[in-house]
Amino acid sequence: MDQQFEPVIGLEVHVELATRSKMFCGCSADYFGHKPNTDCCPVCLGLPGALPVPNRKAVEWCIMLGLALGCSIPEVSKFDRKHYFYPDLPKGYQISQYDQPLCIGGLLSIALPGGSAKPIRIRRVHMEEDTGKLLHETVDGRHVSLIDFNRSGVPLVEIVTEPDFCSVDEVDIYLKKLQEIVRYLGISNADMEKGSMRLEPSISMRKSQIPMTKSPKNPTSQDLKALPPYRVELKNINSFRFGRKALEYEIARQTEVLVRGEEPVQETRGWNEGKNMTVPQRHKEEANDYRYFPEPDIPPMQWRRSQISVLRSRIPELPDAKRSRFTKDYGLNAADAVRITERRQRADYFEEAVRVGRTLGAKAPVTPKQIANWLINRGIDTETVLPAELVKRIMEASEAVTVSDDDVDAAIQKAITDNPKAAADYKNGKEASLMFLMGQVRKQIAADPKLILTRLKELLANYSL
Amino acid sequence: MDTAYMTIEEARQKLRARTISSRELTGMCLARIRRYDGSLHAFLTVTEDEALSAADEADRRIAGGLDGPLLGIPVALKDLFTTKGIRTTAGSRIIGSYVPPFDATVVYKLKEAGAVIVGKTNEDAWGHGSSGENTDYEPTRNPYDTGRVPGGSSSGSAAAVASGMCLMATGTDTGSSVRLPAAYCNLVGLKPTYGRVSRYGIIPMASSFDTIGHITRTVRDNAMVLGVTAGHDPYDATTADVAVPAYVPKTTGTLKGVTIGLPKEYYGVEGMDPDVAKTIEDAVLVFKKLGAAVRQVSLPHTGAAMACYYILVPSEISSNLARFDGVRFGLGRDTFGPEAKRRIMLGTHTLSAGYYDAYYRKASKVRTLIRKDFADVFGTVDALLVPSSPTPPFRIGEKTADPLTMYLSDIFLCPMNIAGVPSLSVPAGFTRGLPVGMQLAGPQFSEPLLYKIGAAFEKETAYYNVHPEGF
Repeated sequence: MDQQFEPVIGLEVHVELATRSKMFCGCSADYFGHKPNTDCCPVCLGLPGALPVPNRKAVEWCIMLGLALGCSIPEVSKFDRKHYFYPDLPKGYQISQYDQPLCIGGLLSIALPGGSAKPIRIRRVHMEEDTGKLLHETVDGRHVSLIDFNRSGVPLVEIVTEPDFCSVDEVDIYLKKLQEIVRYLGISNADMEKGSMRLEPSISMRKSQIPMTKSPKNPTSQDLKALPPYRVELKNINSFRFGRKALEYEIARQTEVLVRGEEPVQETRGWNEGKNMTVPQRHKEEANDYRYFPEPDIPPMQWRRSQISVLRSRIPELPDAKRSRFTKDYGLNAADAVRITERRQRADYFEEAVRVGRTLGAKAPVTPKQIANWLINRGIDTETVLPAELVKRIMEASEAVTVSDDDVDAAIQKAITDNPKAAADYKNGKEASLMFLMGQVRKQIAADPKLILTRLKELLANYSL
Repeated sequence: MDTAYMTIEEARQKLRARTISSRELTGMCLARIRRYDGSLHAFLTVTEDEALSAADEADRRIAGGLDGPLLGIPVALKDLFTTKGIRTTAGSRIIGSYVPPFDATVVYKLKEAGAVIVGKTNEDAWGHGSSGENTDYEPTRNPYDTGRVPGGSSSGSAAAVASGMCLMATGTDTGSSVRLPAAYCNLVGLKPTYGRVSRYGIIPMASSFDTIGHITRTVRDNAMVLGVTAGHDPYDATTADVAVPAYVPKTTGTLKGVTIGLPKEYYGVEGMDPDVAKTIEDAVLVFKKLGAAVRQVSLPHTGAAMACYYILVPSEISSNLARFDGVRFGLGRDTFGPEAKRRIMLGTHTLSAGYYDAYYRKASKVRTLIRKDFADVFGTVDALLVPSSPTPPFRIGEKTADPLTMYLSDIFLCPMNIAGVPSLSVPAGFTRGLPVGMQLAGPQFSEPLLYKIGAAFEKETAYYNVHPEGF
């Protein structure tokens, strides 16, 4: 990249909420893999006369996410209609939020490589509904566009940042962190591949005015003034990988234009995975006038402080807090703490195992560090292996480690000497005697059974009648 | 008594006494539709088979000792009311073959109450109009003078009740659409409090103005129907969770202690027909005789009401009609009639970037002032009495050339929609052989009071006994 320019990136992230029902009707919000047009009703099909009734749970989850991102919750919020024509939008408008979103003005601190932290300002978090899905297929030899309305009306939360990102890495770190928080709250799978988390970055390039080594800790109004006079919106990004590729492509493309002494065009571009490039979709002149106005079918929402406090109290311990507690209370190093807390379910499993380890391993306690190591390095399936089972395995393994090979050999030798008949039977082909001898060894010593078996066979092979 | 002009109350008594069956009553209505609708054009769809089987079912229930507030009563629905399995056109061509898969909440409630639906009535397409002439089909005629309009937009509903084709018909009132046709056809029309009756399944015109009302011959009938349709609906977030009182018992009692206000802005205005003015003056005298106190009041922002209305309403219309894009059902947008196109263009303009503040936002502020006018005035009087229209029913074609003149037919009616307050239009008399209506407006949820005042006047004057000639 030309050192003369640096990227200015802002993000809009859409997260589909995992509520049972849709945003404005009682249809199932879980549409993944369902037969097209089976999860719909007059409301989400936009039939004339049908009316939206907001999903309380979705609104509460949106507020909880806002609170988790440090936003404040204005006392009054409302829904608005955003108009545009597209066949997958059955009402001709999307119910969204315009000038009074549920959550405003948050801050999310991301950890940069090298240990420093950078605050990313969250402009707003608001609630809206998803659209249907267009499928372009060939039916009876004809190219047709089909519409599946199962996704229509699924609750969507949009999280908008200020243009605070100066690199693709920062974007990556932010997205992973946002995904973690969403998953911790249990409000969405935030799975980009399945479309439950979607990314729309805006990117432009500006002359580097700040030394490259130091990013602004708290962007000032001076920085805002320095925003470039154009902006490119990127669409059709279906994975973290595509996001990275699209941004990198844009950085190179826009830099090239700027180096030529021209200014990139303000436009919307889409990532084309086949061509491995972004392609223009819509120019500034063609920009939609969404004609927002207050949604008259839904009364404005009013919040009391006590309601917000209740929602705040429902937010679980978030990854950052958990990490510092795990390093402090369990002596984990920072890297392990991060790995263990990537998913809330894994962190909970870890803590449960630690509790079990303290009681089961009262004589020789299993340490949190050991549990963390096993979880990180041995690919333990936390779905099938219960925490107590994991602790047992660790105990067995660690006991085995404390027994020396000589001790094992001595025990085997004793078992053979004490039971010459069994040894002879084995030599004569009686397999069952092997297990008998094995038991005799394990009575004497707690060691890895596999190791005992291997050595037992070897010693028996050398044993002469 | 002429069976064709029975009230719901009378019909219920006869049905329960088994002196008439619902099948006979329904058959009579259907026969009258067959006989007269070729000239009146009140109906877009007649549901003869469904009606007769519903009537038979009602008769079975009556025979079994069951009852329901409207059991066996033939009614008609404005074609904005979504009906499961029955074509619902909104008076438009664009969805002329749309058959909805669900019932509007009010339709469901009417069916539950035992009503027999004889058909869907004609209207100005989408509710856009004051005369019925904006229908994409044949305009409805006024039974009192078939050369004149029945008022709109619930034109077919009013003509159907006035000509004895049914005992009650539903309507929607966004700016006048129940009250004006009721006034022009010597009927009682209610525009309820906004949020009193569910809008679920009613094809919207302007969502924050739309109210779901009905047209009957008498005040008591009207109260009976509201008892069925009113109430909170979990499917409509704008319905109020306010208890539904028993309306019928409120239709009696003296007017002593009731203060009626005459807002000066509604009297002596330009374009006011002197005969209509005289009829209303006579009505005021009746109220005084009945013991009500009458005094002049003021609604200072009345002059801005029409401008406010014709900015906000088209804005919402342009949004509500956006879904008719011809993608999934219906015809293309070029099929919209001229009035719908006019309102879509107006509303699209007033919501556009760069114009929103000057139009939509400013009109919203005016709306707040008009609401406050009403709130203030109801601090000093119980109800308002104003003419329903400056003129008697006008001639077909008289106002179609100039949309603005047509809009001004609603000048006395749309402020109540801006304010969201209830208003009841009741027959005030006749002039030159044509019906004159007056409306009683009150604070939110004051329907019981409006019924009481209207019923007292009706008892004294009994204009509902005057039927159109030739029907």
